[in-house]
Amino acid sequence: MTKNMGGRQLTGAQMVVKALKDQGVDAVFGYPGGAVLPIYDEIFQQNEIRHFLVRHEQAAVHAAEGYARSTGKVGVALVTSGPGATNAVTGLTDALMDSIPILVISGQVPTFMIGSDAFQEADTVGITRPCTKHNWLVKDTAALSGVLHEAFHVARSGRPGPVLVDIPKDVQFASAEYLPPTKVSTSHYRPKLQGDPAEIERLVALMEGAERPVFYTGGGVINSGPEASRLLRGLVEATGFPITSTLMGLGAYPASGDKWLGMLGMHGTYEANMAMHGCDLLINVGARFDDRITGRIDAFSPNSRKVHIDIDASSINKVIKADVPILGDVAHVLEDALALWKARGSRTNAGKLGTWRKRVQEWRAVRCLDFKQEGAVIKPQYAVSRLEALTKDRDRYICTEVGQHQMWAAQYMGFEAPNRWMTSGGLGTMGYGQPASMGVQVAHPESLVINVAGEASWLMNMQEMGTMVQYRLPVKQFILNNERLGMVRQWQELLHGERYSQSWSEALPDFVKLAEAFGAKGIRCQDPADLDDAIVEMLDHDGPVIFDCLVEKHENCFPMIPSGKAHNEMLMTNARMQGAINATGAVLV
Amino acid sequence: MPPLKLKKGSTSHSAYNLRPTFSDVQERHTLAVLVDNEVGVLARVIGLFSGRGYNIESLTVAEVDHEGHTSRITVVTTGTPQVIEQIKAQLGRIVPVHDVHDLTVEGQVVERELALFKVQGTGDKRIEALRLAEIFRANVVDSTLDSFVFEITGDVGKIDAFADLMRPIGLVEMGRTGVAALSRGARA
Repeated sequence: MTKNMGGRQLTGAQMVVKALKDQGVDAVFGYPGGAVLPIYDEIFQQNEIRHFLVRHEQAAVHAAEGYARSTGKVGVALVTSGPGATNAVTGLTDALMDSIPILVISGQVPTFMIGSDAFQEADTVGITRPCTKHNWLVKDTAALSGVLHEAFHVARSGRPGPVLVDIPKDVQFASAEYLPPTKVSTSHYRPKLQGDPAEIERLVALMEGAERPVFYTGGGVINSGPEASRLLRGLVEATGFPITSTLMGLGAYPASGDKWLGMLGMHGTYEANMAMHGCDLLINVGARFDDRITGRIDAFSPNSRKVHIDIDASSINKVIKADVPILGDVAHVLEDALALWKARGSRTNAGKLGTWRKRVQEWRAVRCLDFKQEGAVIKPQYAVSRLEALTKDRDRYICTEVGQHQMWAAQYMGFEAPNRWMTSGGLGTMGYGQPASMGVQVAHPESLVINVAGEASWLMNMQEMGTMVQYRLPVKQFILNNERLGMVRQWQELLHGERYSQSWSEALPDFVKLAEAFGAKGIRCQDPADLDDAIVEMLDHDGPVIFDCLVEKHENCFPMIPSGKAHNEMLMTNARMQGAINATGAVLV
Repeated sequence: MPPLKLKKGSTSHSAYNLRPTFSDVQERHTLAVLVDNEVGVLARVIGLFSGRGYNIESLTVAEVDHEGHTSRITVVTTGTPQVIEQIKAQLGRIVPVHDVHDLTVEGQVVERELALFKVQGTGDKRIEALRLAEIFRANVVDSTLDSFVFEITGDVGKIDAFADLMRPIGLVEMGRTGVAALSRGARA
């Protein structure tokens, strides 16, 4: 192919392994197949990069996501052509929606067979174009190392996201010169990090005058790195403003902090949503005004000036008009804002702020998350609360699947640090949590990793128990089993005349026997009195556990902003649910 | 709880009537998008428009720098001011996109399109076609005893007007390139 320019000649397959090492990758999640055999052959002949054999390619991508979210590094998955690549699509879309930096390497049929409908051929770059930040089909081995380094650069720069590199089998066999990351000039793609100083000055001026301010933070704070969380805490302390967060941003500000309002949005707390509705200054830090957050847009935070800090220009003014748009990286912008706040000797509007804090205190006093554990059946909220109480002081990572249990975990668990909470927010991917928890455990082998799950979501990727047992990944699968698709059931109760169409799992497996069949430990608990002991038994077991927690079957998740309603129209209990959603709201999801 | 009374196909119940009301005014903008001429770049741009429900009125693309392998995509689109801003921001975050120029807001624009028209007819119709072509400064690029192919360049309005005139005379086929555009003045 190309002439030797003095660099090292490597095969394409060797380049893949070398590039991963040079990029600091220590774990890859994947599944072999015909079109990636040369790469697997290279993986076999080295020990620096550990490969984890998943049971389904979707799980490889979610595991890479879990790895990335809990470390801030780029997660890597390796799949074969055709079905291997198409199985990766859900994970790629999930990572795109939640801005998670991952690299998927897919095998492809040899270049001379592309377009011939060859065995296990799929137009992988075509299929994944709308669900990646960028993707590449590499048809020349000489270009491969450059593309791989560029792929890492694109995945982690700016608003992070998934990238895919599709490598035909003949390109893996052919040799060319390998270029290390230092020798590759990455593209023009260099998103702006620094915010406009004039806009930051407007932000500081608004903070000085604000009477009813609130910080509304999101996943952008987590993605910007631990420094962003530190600076955010500094700014909250300096101003004393209350702070809420989206599902994605939990942990950026500690749940034990006295300015913490809890999560906002559809299942957010009363105090967070009321503060959003009543504020006069809304400071959005790395969130995107998602429809789960805003509710009815024309009634969203009607009397506030809105500041929006985001690294992605397309997020600003997409849904909600920003009065002060600040395009830049969260950490950079917060650093400048905090420095300016201090340099100006800024003071908050203390008198008005005191009144605002009192109102927030009144909303808090509603105690919207209170519940009563009565009788012989475990309430799911109680199960999550006990799990929280028994694990909160440990070095702990929490993943979830998608549904009611996810919201209860977000409501009843407290996150003190960033990168400790892995959940599928934007795409809402059932089946995400179990493989993600696997990826987290790989990245943090000594830590406690728990996947809070619903039985229906969990079954979607249950095959990964095999992976956990094979690699002795001691992840705890904490399943809130209500034998229902709980969130679907809740919406049917609310919206569809209590006609529970297909939301009942009639033939569930015996989860204890299932655990044993995989060679793991199974624990079942159905009595509230046994719950603490059972959780401790789960935590004490040195290995993967499936915890089958039988809970109240018809519990609904509150508070809830019904679709098409405003933040101050929250439902707090079942009593007011009937007829709460009108026809216009019903078409929303 | 009474069943929902949603009319089938009713747009008044669309989720989108809950969208923000920035402004309803539809604007027509001509965007110039400078991209790396790499495989699939046009698909990325077109996929963005279809995937997010934006309009494409016209689209032209060609490599304009053969050494640097950069192409210029000229796209004419319509939307509310907020949608236009979204389109530009979304285009801007595609990795191989270097620059997005909104020619419509950056000043005066020269827009040109090339079109070919096949007109059939004999006798008076043939003479009338030639007369009109002369008025519109269209050139004859092919002729038989009972047909012409005209070549015409101009802005979209001129070509539309020529087509309207030629249709009753015997316009049987038309090919249009879509708009190429540059800003007026010395600045690039």
